[in-house]
Amino acid sequence: MTDAGTPAAAVRMQGIVKEFPGVIANDHVDFELRAGEIHALLGENGAGKSTLMTVLAGLYKPEAGNIAIHGKPVQFGSPRDAMNSGIGMIHQHFTLISTQTVTENILLGLDVPGFLIRLREYDQTMLELGRKFGMAISPSAKIWQLSVGEQQRVEILKMLYRGVDILIMDEPTAVLAPQEISGLIATLRSMAADGKSIVFISHKLNEVMSVADRVTVLRQGKVTAAGMPVKQTSIPELARLMVGRSVTFAVDKPVKTPGAVLLELKDVCANNDKGLPALKDVTLQVRAGEIVGVAGVSGNGQSELAEVITGLRGTTGGTITSGNHQLANKSARVAIESGVAHVPEDRSRVGTAPNLSITDNLIMKAYRQAPLANGWSLNYGLARKNAQELKKNYAILAPTIETSVRLLSGGNIQRTILARELSGKPAILIAMQPTRGLDVGAIEGVQQLLLQQRSADAAVLLSSEELDELIALSDRIVVMYEGRIVGEVSQPSEKDIEQIGLWMTGGAHE
Amino acid sequence: MNDAIVYRSRMPFAIKIEPRMSVPRWLGPVVNIAAVVVALLLGMVILAVVGGDPFATYAHIAQSAFGDRYVFSDTLVKATPLILVGLGCSLAFRMKLWNIGAEGQLYIGALCASACVLTGFITPATPQVLALALMMAAGMLGGALWGLVPGFLKARLGLNEIIITLMMNYIALALVNFFVFAVWSEGGFAQSKTFPRNAWLPRASEYAATFDFLSGLTTHWGIVIALVAVVIMWYVISRSRWGYEIRLTGDNPRAANYAGMPIVRNTILVMMVSGALAGLAGMSEISGVVHRLQGTISPGYGFTGIIIAWLSKLNPFAVVLSSILFGGLILAGREIQPSGIPRLIQGMILFMLIASDVLLRYRVRIVRTR
Ligand SMILES: Nc1ncnc2c1ncn2[C@@H]1O[C@H](COP(=O)(O)OP(=O)(O)OP(=O)(O)O)[C@@H](O)[C@H]1O
Ligand SMILES: [Mg+2]
Repeated sequence: MTDAGTPAAAVRMQGIVKEFPGVIANDHVDFELRAGEIHALLGENGAGKSTLMTVLAGLYKPEAGNIAIHGKPVQFGSPRDAMNSGIGMIHQHFTLISTQTVTENILLGLDVPGFLIRLREYDQTMLELGRKFGMAISPSAKIWQLSVGEQQRVEILKMLYRGVDILIMDEPTAVLAPQEISGLIATLRSMAADGKSIVFISHKLNEVMSVADRVTVLRQGKVTAAGMPVKQTSIPELARLMVGRSVTFAVDKPVKTPGAVLLELKDVCANNDKGLPALKDVTLQVRAGEIVGVAGVSGNGQSELAEVITGLRGTTGGTITSGNHQLANKSARVAIESGVAHVPEDRSRVGTAPNLSITDNLIMKAYRQAPLANGWSLNYGLARKNAQELKKNYAILAPTIETSVRLLSGGNIQRTILARELSGKPAILIAMQPTRGLDVGAIEGVQQLLLQQRSADAAVLLSSEELDELIALSDRIVVMYEGRIVGEVSQPSEKDIEQIGLWMTGGAHE
Repeated sequence: MNDAIVYRSRMPFAIKIEPRMSVPRWLGPVVNIAAVVVALLLGMVILAVVGGDPFATYAHIAQSAFGDRYVFSDTLVKATPLILVGLGCSLAFRMKLWNIGAEGQLYIGALCASACVLTGFITPATPQVLALALMMAAGMLGGALWGLVPGFLKARLGLNEIIITLMMNYIALALVNFFVFAVWSEGGFAQSKTFPRNAWLPRASEYAATFDFLSGLTTHWGIVIALVAVVIMWYVISRSRWGYEIRLTGDNPRAANYAGMPIVRNTILVMMVSGALAGLAGMSEISGVVHRLQGTISPGYGFTGIIIAWLSKLNPFAVVLSSILFGGLILAGREIQPSGIPRLIQGMILFMLIASDVLLRYRVRIVRTR
């Protein structure tokens, strides 16, 4: 089946059509993955990337189209069929069993160890397999002891051990800290050098430019660029192909003098879930019309900082004031009623009720007050009317407002949360990783929304792992390390990156 | 996203189970009805195997439960406590609180309602409306108390409400037995003296003088109370702010916490309301049917309520239909020998319902393996 001497592609998908009620997620999509290449799959939120790869991994059956693996036509009835053809997919949320060891997780579901299990011997195998692709692991560690990056390595090893030679990774870098990202990229490179083919879904264009050999772009279920070598393209071109218009990466932040102090933390201390100190004497002010960025490697107290302000976590010392409201050790309700809006880090587990409709999810914060509240009852008619408007204004892509939030793509869940939090005209906005997992067009939109809040004289506390983003948006940046604020820059610019990076990693602070 | 499971066999096909991403609106009711039908068919098979005539038996069940207005009225009498208990269970289940203590809550409701009469608080001279209102309040209060205990333990200490509600059923039964044997026993029997007429919920037949067609019907005011409760429950669940909190908390407690909803308070309240409805069912039984406190009030209404809540997918109006179906089965149980047959069908319906849930959550397909 090889045409004209060129070796058959590792994967060739042709004319794939996959429909869901109300949307065509894949509309006659062609996709080709060559052996030994890293192929990036790009596209807006809801463009159909995950769907296409889920079809390839045998989880969805397409309505039309055919798939050939190494030139051989196949039809997958299940993920196991796909696995037998050497295809493995790593989803964004992992499927590891947290109380078992690394080795046990890798062997899980295989018939290999037979009846007698000598795990020690397998530990050695895993260690070597990891080493071959530059992944340091400890085979006898339990999964719950591992960081997200380490867990991801276990997922990769699981695939490698099963003999996968076509690996699909759905937004693998969205959950990683910057150092972990470079480790992952090195691993992917060495796997590609070993002849394995990799599909890499990402929203981070600079990452795509540096890792991928070729890129395929989807927009609204259709291909807008097929297998384009990255050397022949540029970030602005990719952005245009994704969203269908040109995207300005420069953020236009008008000059503005901050107003009164709206949020003030004094010597705040708090513990994390394990009861260990996570915030140590944090003192911070946010003024009206000011965006204060919080930089830091994840896990250095940023989440706890957001939680103490929004009433989700108690403090062990210090005060938090907003105007004449005390917020420390109060409830989430007090925070909400004092005008604090919160875009949480974990959008599906904290920010939404997945089986309820978009409408129900949009009224989570406002249902207590008139006009939605009407005595004991809730004005669902008005709720639906508002939901229609928000769906339009915030471009939430979904068949109807009655759709369960669970069925939305990651980016559209985020828009739903933003629509809810920002439409309440908050005095204080705590935005945690608000652009994570969003496409470039959407990121631009979210950044505009944050700046609008600034213009509307809200006090914005913004936490992001993208330093560029923090620098572009913030009027001030504070850096957190091990629960303390270890540094601060006003009017940050590109040239501060080095200093911020040093602070983030615990480097000496002057 | 979970992987699909494939069961292979030596046959040229395999059964494939994959998670459903979305459930079409019509599928729920269809699967439910199918489950009931399959259970009935299986019942026929069993009847045939043990040597009975399945068609005659079913015809007899239908005849003795829905055959004419007299037996239908009896069916409604059985359906009345089922509706109330089913409503209570569905409210708790909405919030994923597994209250299986409705039976005990029903008994305590009955106990408290009778106490009003048996302690002499209500005398034959008390106006009937007042007497009944007092008994209703007492019954609901008793049931609410029996729901408050597990609700509090769950909300404050994180204890498992399934075990606590289950255990409290036995305590409730023992308590009622204590009172009927030791305190209010009538001539040494396990029952109290009959209540005075003003503590009876009037039966339909009492209105026969005005409405001819009501003569001889045993249905009592309890059914009206139950139907009012249905409408109120519908309003609470799908129109009120409290119902919204319950739905959201049931779906994702962490989101409810993030939205500032009072989860602890609602857990306790929902358990109390759930218990109060079961308590009201107990009051309606002693005041509308047996007219005295006795050791056996309910043939397991509290447990059947769980099946009913499940069968009606927590929808208050569907609770009414399911209750009438099950009320008919209970009634037929007295007519059919051996009397276990309707119980068997009941059990089978629950079994099929739980099994059919797989069909809602997963897509099951038979695929050819070349
Ligand atoms: N199981 C499903 N049922 C209904 N609609 C679905 C389902 N899965 C996906 N969709 C819809 O199909 C479209 C494509 O979704 P998909 O998850 O493939 O997007 P994506 O490109 O991965 O987006 P993102 O970058 O936000 O993850 C979206 O409109 C989504 O709402
Ligand atoms: Mg996706």
